[in-house]
Amino acid sequence: MSAPSRAPSPDAASAGRSPFLAHHFEDLAAQQDTARLGIWLFLASEVLFFGGLFTAYAVFRGNHPELFRYAHHFLDWRLGALNTVVLIGSSLSAAWAVRLAQLGRRRGLELAILVTIALAATFMVVKYLEYSHKLHHGVGWGTSYRPSAAILASLPDAARALPAPRHLGTFFAIYYLMTGLHGIHVLAGIGLFGWILRRARAGHFGPGYYAPVDAVALYWHLVDLVWIYLFPLFYLI
Amino acid sequence: MTTAAAQLPAPERPVPSYLEHGRGIRSWLFTLDHKRIGVMYLLAIGAALLLGGLFAMVLRLHLWTPEGALVSNDAYNKLFTLHGAVMIFLFIIPGIPAALGNFVVPLQLGARDLAFPRVNLLSFWLYVVGAALFVVTLVAGGIDTGWTLYPPYSLEEARGLGLLVALAAVFVAGFSSILTGLNFIATIHKMRPPGMGWFGLPLFLWALYATGIIQVISTPVLGITAAMGFLDRLFHLGLFMPEYGGDPVLFQHFFWFYSHPAVYIMILPAMGVVSEVVSVFSRKPIFGYRFIALSSIAIAVIGFLVWGHHMFVSGQSRVASLVFSFLTLLVAIPSAIKVFNWLATMYRGAIVLKTPMVYVLTFFAIFGVGGLTGVFLGALATDVPLHDTYFVVAHFHFVMVGAVMTAFLAGLHYWWPKMTGRMYSERTGLVSAALVFVGFNLTFVPQFLAGVAGMPRRYATYAPGLVVHNRLSTVGAFVLALGLGLALAGLLASLRRGRRAPANPWGASSLEWAAPSPPPHDNFATTPRAPRPYDYAGLRFVSEEEGWVREGTP
Repeated sequence: MSAPSRAPSPDAASAGRSPFLAHHFEDLAAQQDTARLGIWLFLASEVLFFGGLFTAYAVFRGNHPELFRYAHHFLDWRLGALNTVVLIGSSLSAAWAVRLAQLGRRRGLELAILVTIALAATFMVVKYLEYSHKLHHGVGWGTSYRPSAAILASLPDAARALPAPRHLGTFFAIYYLMTGLHGIHVLAGIGLFGWILRRARAGHFGPGYYAPVDAVALYWHLVDLVWIYLFPLFYLI
Repeated sequence: MTTAAAQLPAPERPVPSYLEHGRGIRSWLFTLDHKRIGVMYLLAIGAALLLGGLFAMVLRLHLWTPEGALVSNDAYNKLFTLHGAVMIFLFIIPGIPAALGNFVVPLQLGARDLAFPRVNLLSFWLYVVGAALFVVTLVAGGIDTGWTLYPPYSLEEARGLGLLVALAAVFVAGFSSILTGLNFIATIHKMRPPGMGWFGLPLFLWALYATGIIQVISTPVLGITAAMGFLDRLFHLGLFMPEYGGDPVLFQHFFWFYSHPAVYIMILPAMGVVSEVVSVFSRKPIFGYRFIALSSIAIAVIGFLVWGHHMFVSGQSRVASLVFSFLTLLVAIPSAIKVFNWLATMYRGAIVLKTPMVYVLTFFAIFGVGGLTGVFLGALATDVPLHDTYFVVAHFHFVMVGAVMTAFLAGLHYWWPKMTGRMYSERTGLVSAALVFVGFNLTFVPQFLAGVAGMPRRYATYAPGLVVHNRLSTVGAFVLALGLGLALAGLLASLRRGRRAPANPWGASSLEWAAPSPPPHDNFATTPRAPRPYDYAGLRFVSEEEGWVREGTP
């Protein structure tokens, strides 16, 4: 693929060696290149990790279409749409952060990371409101699906006209698993951006060295992308 | 003057070896050095092999009599489950890549370390946590589901806590495997030395690259399945349990989507070891380099598409079974390409029967049988009657133990001088290899016959007519254990009494043999230039003490 990167002999390691350059790389560019490949491979494994759940979704939708037709009325598409916009916005600010790190604009970088964290936190707040509303009304997963009369009454007429199918808990199992795993990834992303923010404040990043910003942003785009599939699959169709 | 290099006194090594670089337990437990992590993996995997082997011996002793000689039926079920789980998740899957690969990959690349040393250490510790959880499983009452953990049986409340711990163990150990694979792919991509293109890689690296792809792509599916099973069991989610509207066959699909490619995670690195050893000990460049290299990738790719052959009798549609059967038989093509190229490498070579080579010859014989009996099981018509009999047990032991473990032993003996700086006793090695060959065949050939006679797997008792098969098998297991014990004793004895190993005791051409034995912390003082792969021209034997030296190098 690209030019293989080599380690120089110890005597060649000059005083100009960056503190972030690991001993087994020749220069930061090679190290950065390798880190990027590593993060892409990690993302590939993440896709397959989520892939199991997406497959489960497809299988259950195929086996029990009536479950999905009925149960999606429990989800509020406006909150889902709001969260979609929020996450896409955070992807934009994350991409921006990478560019600002490349340009060595420290204040701008800090701001972009803060905006990303704020948007990610907004997403989690909305998620919390959705979850707590459902759980408050007994809409749990598996056998803990025992909906209150109030939430059943609040369903749209189209749903109330349908017979309530069996095993609704399975739908919510898949719903909570997929959105929950995604939520865990959002929380991890907030933690990672917090780490990036600390390092940005310490002035670590610049045109020569921005691999961690790049890596976390790539991860964040995947988290965003997963949601872009989750939103229509659960809220819209 | 041609012997000028040989007449130079061996220079006092100015840098200490990696074994002396840093002292104390912490310098090992938290090391970022791929060589030390490899050695720690080797110890951990050895412990897993002993544990799994102990279970196996109890199982074989129990089957001495048709009604069961030793343990209760319930204990038998738990023993074979943990035997399978420990051997697969803790020994065979990480065996060659994590222990030998960790040590060898950067050295073969002339590099100082893997691309991500911290990730490597994390991978090791995840392995340790996973292994510890398997031990907790044992303490928490064990599991009796078989290593496949099929629901609905496995996810019933009655299975207790052990099952939950086992699922957690699988989840954690899986991430260890993913991180190892990821590290190898990135390292092989980005850290090749000057002069080494893709077709200059030693074939061991091609094999580990293909393995890495499988690890990164398939293992996460096992992880999410274990997580789903765990939560399903705790909260009755109804994903895999029919009583709550779930689909147990979905679990089987998920499980085999990982666990079939996982057999290629086991066998591909073994094939990589074989490619190295067969060429070096035939004193001939490998035959058909590109075919062997690309057949590794082919096996990895096709291996993803065949999982359904484990489910011919699971209620899968007939069309699906036919397609999976066809795809399964396709795997025979790249496998056969490898075998014929190895044999062609040996043809008219100057074969040196040292221990690694003898293990590789064992590999050929046993892998041949294991591979061909796989055709019986991949073909739909013959699989149905043979399904879940001892024929299956014998087949996968031929491939996983007979092939993978002998390749592991070949690689262990081959790289032992590099890892420890000591030569093992050749005589002990050869005797142990002979015992392993005899013991292995005595254990598992009767199982093929018992399987054809209809003996089902996983039963604590059997029909009295099969007593001869089972007794032969039990005797064989003890011979095999004796051979393995002797191999271990020989290797350990070499640490105290072994002759100092030269840098290149075998006359191999790959770069790990250009580093001192054992290598210093940084592997190479200056980045070496890669030789052409399997190019033995210019290598000259000097003496037992100094090994082989490349002409023109000091």
